[in-house]
Amino acid sequence: MAETKFTVNGEARTVDMDPNTPLLWVLREQLKLTGTKFGCGIAQCGACTIHLDGAPVRSCSTPLAAAEGAALTTIEGVAAEDGTRHPVQEAWVEHQVPQCGYCQSGQIMSAVALLRDTPNPTDADIDAAMSGNICRCGAYGRIRQAIKTAASA
Amino acid sequence: MGKWTRRGFIAAGLVGGGVLAVGVGIREGHRAPKLAGMMTEDGEALVNVWVKLAPDNTITAIVPHSEMGQGVFTSMTQMLADEMDADWQSVTFEQAPAHEAYANYPLGREFILGDTKVPGFVQDSLNGGFLRIAQSMGLQITGGSTAVRFTGMGGMRIAGAAAREMIVKAAAKTWGVPARELRTENSYVHHDASGQSAPYATFAEQAAKYAPPTQPKLKTPDQYTLMGTSVPRFDIPAKTDGTAEFGIDVDLPGMKYAAVMGPPVLGAETVSVDDTYARDMSGVIKVLNKGHFVAVVADGYWQAENAVRQLDITWSETGADTLNQADVFNALRSAMDAAGDKGKEDVAVGNVRRASENAARIYEAEYSVPFLAHAAMEPLNATAWVRDDQIDLWSGLQNPLAVRDEIAGATGVKKSNVSIHNVFLGGGFGRRSNPDYPLMAIEIAKEFDHPVKMIWSREQDTQQDWYRPASVSRFKAGLDEDGMPVLWDNLFTQKHDPPEASHIPYKIDNQLIHYAHVDHHVRFGPWRSVDHTQHGFFIESFVDELADQAGMDGYAYRRKLLEHSPRYLAVLDAAAKAAGWGREVPQGRGLGIALVDSFGTVVAQVVEVDVSGPEPKVIHVWCAADPGYAMNPDGFIAQIESGIIYGLTAALYGDITIEDGAVVQSNFHDYPMIRMNEAPEISVEIINSGAKVGGGGEPGTPPIAPALANAVFAATGVRVRSQPIANFKEGLT
Repeated sequence: MAETKFTVNGEARTVDMDPNTPLLWVLREQLKLTGTKFGCGIAQCGACTIHLDGAPVRSCSTPLAAAEGAALTTIEGVAAEDGTRHPVQEAWVEHQVPQCGYCQSGQIMSAVALLRDTPNPTDADIDAAMSGNICRCGAYGRIRQAIKTAASA
Repeated sequence: MGKWTRRGFIAAGLVGGGVLAVGVGIREGHRAPKLAGMMTEDGEALVNVWVKLAPDNTITAIVPHSEMGQGVFTSMTQMLADEMDADWQSVTFEQAPAHEAYANYPLGREFILGDTKVPGFVQDSLNGGFLRIAQSMGLQITGGSTAVRFTGMGGMRIAGAAAREMIVKAAAKTWGVPARELRTENSYVHHDASGQSAPYATFAEQAAKYAPPTQPKLKTPDQYTLMGTSVPRFDIPAKTDGTAEFGIDVDLPGMKYAAVMGPPVLGAETVSVDDTYARDMSGVIKVLNKGHFVAVVADGYWQAENAVRQLDITWSETGADTLNQADVFNALRSAMDAAGDKGKEDVAVGNVRRASENAARIYEAEYSVPFLAHAAMEPLNATAWVRDDQIDLWSGLQNPLAVRDEIAGATGVKKSNVSIHNVFLGGGFGRRSNPDYPLMAIEIAKEFDHPVKMIWSREQDTQQDWYRPASVSRFKAGLDEDGMPVLWDNLFTQKHDPPEASHIPYKIDNQLIHYAHVDHHVRFGPWRSVDHTQHGFFIESFVDELADQAGMDGYAYRRKLLEHSPRYLAVLDAAAKAAGWGREVPQGRGLGIALVDSFGTVVAQVVEVDVSGPEPKVIHVWCAADPGYAMNPDGFIAQIESGIIYGLTAALYGDITIEDGAVVQSNFHDYPMIRMNEAPEISVEIINSGAKVGGGGEPGTPPIAPALANAVFAATGVRVRSQPIANFKEGLT
């Protein structure tokens, strides 16, 4: 065990856990932030995507140790502080993207990162940024449209 | 609604706090005999659709289905609210069951039965049995694309219409005016002649005194205000901010976590479990050898999963340990050989022997499909808390009633003391209709006095599934001089559900459809569209072959065989037209078409494929679908899009293989899914033909594989008779 200090959605956190523990389980079980989902455990599906110092990472395969001193953002921290939805979330509602919804936290985290780095993504940019996120309900067409809507918001 | 009046009845009453409740009961003998059987301890009726009108004029629909992505809470509520002329802004829903208000004694006792002809057993149970019925309400299987077409059409709409009629009657009495002078809109009753208006709730108490109408008048499509509109889904905002609660998110005080390991060869049992190393690992509380599986319970899931992988388990030999993929297909083909021309009869029309003798020629082909896993995004999980006389289970279930029964049966705890808390399903696709995983959670949790959340790894989810069966289908067509079929002889394997999946929409005078069956240890499970998924591929690919034999294109050939059915023709024409059928396509591309009628909805799809790369890439899918009437058009389109991607993943990549009796694939790296960069553009056109309302969740899936295979043929001249289609070039010389 060792203490690890980091921030999650702007809030300072200290956890005393095995530093090898994947961040996914630290967030879900220790910090009770269950919006980040477990899908595969081997960075194949993207359901666990969070931002670590602004970069999208697969939290199922990122050890707690990597979070030391870092700023983490999860789906719970995407909206503005007053609760206003992020433009990506807004577009997700507008296009009625989610079906079962299980993969959507990860999809949104990937889309938010894409739009921050590439405000006007091409289809190829969207393919590159979003192909790490599997959606078994097959909402890909709506995700693509929603990203374009959010880009023009 | 003839069927409904024979087997259903409406009940209404005033419940706590002046709330008017109206429900529709389904008598034994309803379409789902299994459901009725499950109710034997509780009485002979299911009360499974409800609406509540509260004193603040808000309306709540109680929806007896599971939400696994299909938007069922919204579509069900929409159907009820429309018939009730409710104000959509003040309508909400609750998922049945697990709402205490519905299991309380006053509700059971104060029930008023509207249909005086209800059988005595219901009357007698007003004080006792009805309470149990109330506790059991809302239990329904979600699957078979049934929600809109059965629960919605036969339940929600009727409950809404009955509630409205009772309120109008009460308003007429209160105001002393004829009911026919009243109109209803946005949860208000208006009497235009006198200028009076009042919210529905004003009349709740008076309305509750009436016997509900036995046959409330339903709207015709020209009167719909909500049905047929794309109202936004209730559940979507929570699915964009992390607040939607799935089974895996359940959190209880004192809860511990379990990881499990099942037998690699399904059906095996543990011979020994060596936990020397695992039991001392960090966080591990207990290692449990349950025979048919092993579990580790720990302080956290990651610790439990790490430990379960360190167990040294010896599994029993089952006789299937040497079985390989080739053996599976050899067994299927042997069974077909043995059946010869006398498989178990499915369809027999005309005179097959004579047609065979008289045909200008015979054309034959054999098709096959492999096993498929479901691979829902949310790995299977369930959280259980087991006490001596009370069990609580939290999980995403397609069939909560069966799970409750199974738990009661397995533990000896009374059904009424088994509480099922059904939450959002992170995908179902048929997998979550099987009670194996909640029962495992119970087996684990009964060893502890605190709740335990069991989570399957993706590897367990892939390797401990109930699979879409591997299957083979042989066709023999008798053709006349023009290449048109006079005989359709189809012998296939592994018949499950629905029974009509192997039937053809085409008019062919002589038909023999028959089958053989092979039992093996790779267990069967319903997989989105069930038997339609393989038969859609078999039938629609073979028909395309016949078109080619006749020197016609697939669209024109099908048109000729569908002349008897304007509904099929309209759907086929719409898809072909949208795709620009017949146009020139670039080198390396091809168009393919297919049509399948499943779950009451007719769907045609045209695929444009590009085969110039190493694997075929689907560029665009044009789809026309006739569900009779689409209650929520955008929601219906979303379901069709989803069905297409689900079916396309299977068609291109889906391949669960067996080696030494065990499933080889384990995770998304070796059981790949369609991703964003592979997802085609999809265009869906709805045809509201007015036919009996069909389903939405499954009918998008069956046509995509044959439409793709036929497009590959158009592009390459190579006929694809097996899946996965991504590998089709491997068969080329």
